[in-house]
Amino acid sequence: MLLNQFLILGAVLFSVGVYGVLARRNGVMVLMSIELMLNAVNINLVVFGVQHGVVSGQVFALFIIAVAAAEVGVGLAIVLLLYRNRTSIDVEDFDLMRG
Amino acid sequence: MVAQNIFFGILAAVVVVSALRMVTTKNIVHAALYLVAVLAGLGALYVLLTAEFVATTQVLVYIGAVMVLFLFGIMLTKAPLGDMMQMTGKQWPIAALVALLLGGVTVYALLDRFGSDRLVMDGPVYKTADVSDEVFSTYIIPFEAVSVLLLAALIGAIVLARKD
Repeated sequence: MLLNQFLILGAVLFSVGVYGVLARRNGVMVLMSIELMLNAVNINLVVFGVQHGVVSGQVFALFIIAVAAAEVGVGLAIVLLLYRNRTSIDVEDFDLMRG
Repeated sequence: MVAQNIFFGILAAVVVVSALRMVTTKNIVHAALYLVAVLAGLGALYVLLTAEFVATTQVLVYIGAVMVLFLFGIMLTKAPLGDMMQMTGKQWPIAALVALLLGGVTVYALLDRFGSDRLVMDGPVYKTADVSDEVFSTYIIPFEAVSVLLLAALIGAIVLARKD
C-alpha cells in the first residue's frame, strides 16, 4: 500500500469537513463537521506512526479523541444555550457582532 | 497485500461517500447516521493500520458517546426534520470553492512530497500494552493534562447548560 492513499483520504475528509463548517446553517451540523476534520487529522497521525515504526502516533490520536470529546461536550452546551436564549440554532441568526 | 488494498478501497469509498452525504443531506438525523458510517469506516481503517486500541477507542468514544451527545443535541434543540429549515446557507458555492482549493493544494503537496512512497508494512506492531506503556511513561504529563481538561469541560458543560 502507498503512504499517500491514507494521507489523501485524510486530506479529502478534512476538505469535506471545511465545506460542512462553512456551508451548513445548523449549529449541531457545524459541530459534526468539526468532528469530521478532527478524524481526518487522526488518520494522518496513525499512518505516520506506522510509517516511522513509533507508537507516538497512536498516543497522539488517543489524545485528539479525548480533546474532541471535551470539545463536543462544551460545544453542544453552547448550542443548547443559544437555542434557549434565541430559540434558534441557525448560525446565520447570530450576527450581533457584525460591524 | 492485495486483500489490504481491496479493503482499503471499499472502506475509503464508504468513508468519502458518507462524508459527502453528511454535509449535503437535508435531514439532520440522516447526517448523524452518515457520521456514524464515517466513524465506523475510519475505525476499520485503524484496524487495517494495526492500531487496535485506537480502533476500539474510536468505537467506544465516537460511535458510543459522541454520537449520543449529538443525538441529544438534535433532540433538545428541536432541529426541524426534513426540508423545513434550509440546511445549507446561501454562501455554499464559496464554501465549496474554499474546500476544493484547500483539498486541491493539500493533495498536490502530498503527491509532490510522498509521490509513490510505500507504506512500511513490516514495521513493529504495537499492541494495547505497548500503547499503555507509552501513555503512562513518556506521555504521563500530557495524559494528566487531558484528564484535567476533560474534567474542566464536563464542569463547563454543566454550568453552561444549567436551567437557572
